[in-house]
Amino acid sequence: MSVWINEDAKVIVQGITGRQGLFHATKMAEYGTNLVGGCTPGKGGQTVDLGVREVPVWDSVEDAIKATDADASVVYVPPPFAAGAIMEAAEAFDRIKGEGVIICITEGIPTLDMVKAVAYVDDRPGIRLIGPNCPGIITPGDTGGAKIGIMPGHIHAKGRIGIVSKSGTLTYEAVAQTMSINEGQSTCIGIGGDPVNGTGFIDCLAAFQADSQTEAIVMIGEIGGSAEEEAAAWAKENVTKPIVGFVAGATAPPGKRMGHAGAIISGGKGTAAEKFAAFEEAGIYVARDPSEIGAVLKTALEQAGLL
Amino acid sequence: MNIHEYQGKQLFRDAGVPVLDGVHCTTVEDALAAYDNLGSKVVAVKSQIHAGGRGKGNLYCPETGELQMEGGVKIAFSREEVETYSTNILGHILVTKQTGEEGKLVHNLYVESGCDIAHEYYLAMLVDREAKSILIMASTEGGMDIEEVAESNPEAIHKIWIDPNSGLLPFQSRNLGTALGLEGGALKSFTKMLSKLHSVFIANDCSMVEINPLVKTGDDGIIALDAKVGFDSNAEFRHKDWDDMRDMGEEDEAEIRASEAGLSYVKLDGNIGCLVNGAGLAMATMDVIKLKGGDPANFLDVGGGANEEQVTTAFSIILEDPNVKGILVNIFGGIMRCDIIARGVIAAVENLGLEVPLVVRLAGTNVDEGKAILAESTLNIHPADDLASGAQRIVELIGGGE
Repeated sequence: MSVWINEDAKVIVQGITGRQGLFHATKMAEYGTNLVGGCTPGKGGQTVDLGVREVPVWDSVEDAIKATDADASVVYVPPPFAAGAIMEAAEAFDRIKGEGVIICITEGIPTLDMVKAVAYVDDRPGIRLIGPNCPGIITPGDTGGAKIGIMPGHIHAKGRIGIVSKSGTLTYEAVAQTMSINEGQSTCIGIGGDPVNGTGFIDCLAAFQADSQTEAIVMIGEIGGSAEEEAAAWAKENVTKPIVGFVAGATAPPGKRMGHAGAIISGGKGTAAEKFAAFEEAGIYVARDPSEIGAVLKTALEQAGLL
Repeated sequence: MNIHEYQGKQLFRDAGVPVLDGVHCTTVEDALAAYDNLGSKVVAVKSQIHAGGRGKGNLYCPETGELQMEGGVKIAFSREEVETYSTNILGHILVTKQTGEEGKLVHNLYVESGCDIAHEYYLAMLVDREAKSILIMASTEGGMDIEEVAESNPEAIHKIWIDPNSGLLPFQSRNLGTALGLEGGALKSFTKMLSKLHSVFIANDCSMVEINPLVKTGDDGIIALDAKVGFDSNAEFRHKDWDDMRDMGEEDEAEIRASEAGLSYVKLDGNIGCLVNGAGLAMATMDVIKLKGGDPANFLDVGGGANEEQVTTAFSIILEDPNVKGILVNIFGGIMRCDIIARGVIAAVENLGLEVPLVVRLAGTNVDEGKAILAESTLNIHPADDLASGAQRIVELIGGGE
């Protein structure tokens, strides 16, 4: 098992003929993702060459899902059109299959567009949105696997650690940390650093708790908002698997946006100190230094009798 | 991106949110002419800077550092007072609890008619991250910091959330107004104002609108006496008019240059410059430097696919800060390939003639090629295999830490 995306999940790419879309579609196919095609309005009927194979392009998500029975769609559409692309995919998956996973990689989508898109997705209970402004989701396989996003595939290996993170490259760091103690990953989920996004920490923790392949969880937060605190409180009541937590931004000054639109301490709220305290209070194993995530995870596994 | 009060009030005025007559001034002569034209016996003379707390701030002389005047917002009862206050404000440094000690040089002034105030309220509209919708927050404690009210008298704060599918509904506005104790004509004025304010928020892609105080007048009018407006930078592409409202004097020059080059930079007070790919990793890098006993000089995210030119720009921005005594480069290659970043680092070091120690940590895509390129170079670059040892090394090299 794995979370939401199986190793052989059928994936389509929205914006597959764009520069970003084509580049990452090629990388995904190279990794072994079962990439079955894509869509770009006005380019239906063409094919694109992904190196390992050619795949068809449709005009709409609806056409693409009808033709391929896709399980997931990944959005590489530029910011002005990204929220529209998410809603198109939500409607198509809902109408045709009643379920589907949408992964939005795009960075820089206006917040009010996301407020609308998230409400639209939430009205369709079978549909899950991951992101935006995230590296995506990856379920490493025995050979290949499903890489849906922009993460470097080769640093991952199949295993029993579930990783959930607001950050991109810091997630890669966490992956490297698990590998440094010879642990692979069940699924790694980047939920993104925007103030308004789809899937949150609690959804991921619940899924990891329910997933038989996942035996321990690494959770990487950032300053801003209170998602980490809420997730910690929820985990205390509902998660029995060991969790290792880190929060980036202990040295960030208040009132300044630290790269990610959501990473800002406002009105004295959303500090790393508060989040670390909430983790400790919930019995989460805390790594104050991201380069100690591996060592802390090892301790957590030992104490849980998993090593 | 933030704008000035006088600009926010123009947005309000255009949309039908009631504000008083006022004139934006940049000279004392402007201010006197504004007083003559407004025809109001009492006017407010208001310093225009982006930071809050202006009324309780103090103005200082930029040359001598001496106190010029207490209070950055003054009520003037005569032409002479307008002259005195505007002279004391323009060209002087306003220090408030939000500006930090260095304060802000005031170039802009707003002269506004007076009005008859029956009660002051607080009103804010913002995006609630947890509820994933727009939140309207109001309190009867106008003129006070909302954080203080939240602390001392939380039940005085009333909130409504706007369903993105239906928008602001009339019953919500009525309930909020009633919760503030409004009735009759004042309640009607309030609900009308709120619906227009909501339109302003949506039409302008605001991230926040704060009105403190919002006032009820003696004749049941509701007027926005202040306007603190922030825009969502992500929406800049669809608001061509924002460029005209941008006040470069309010923004950090290095931060602007960085953002023009596609980099994200925030200056800090320490002495170790950081160059990292990814916002989360950039923050984590600063955190580790601190844990090793050092002090980061900046946050700098070069993004997912930086080229040689961007890396050079990043180095030059870091080096402009005279406090920088050493630099830590931390790259976890995903889209970005380590060999490209290694070439960029070498080119930047050669172009800029780097004199401070440089530690480079590379991991991820094409890491071996990247490390080989650095090793072949004759430049004084210290390689590191992981973040902890990289941070440790740079702290040691500048002679800091434990």
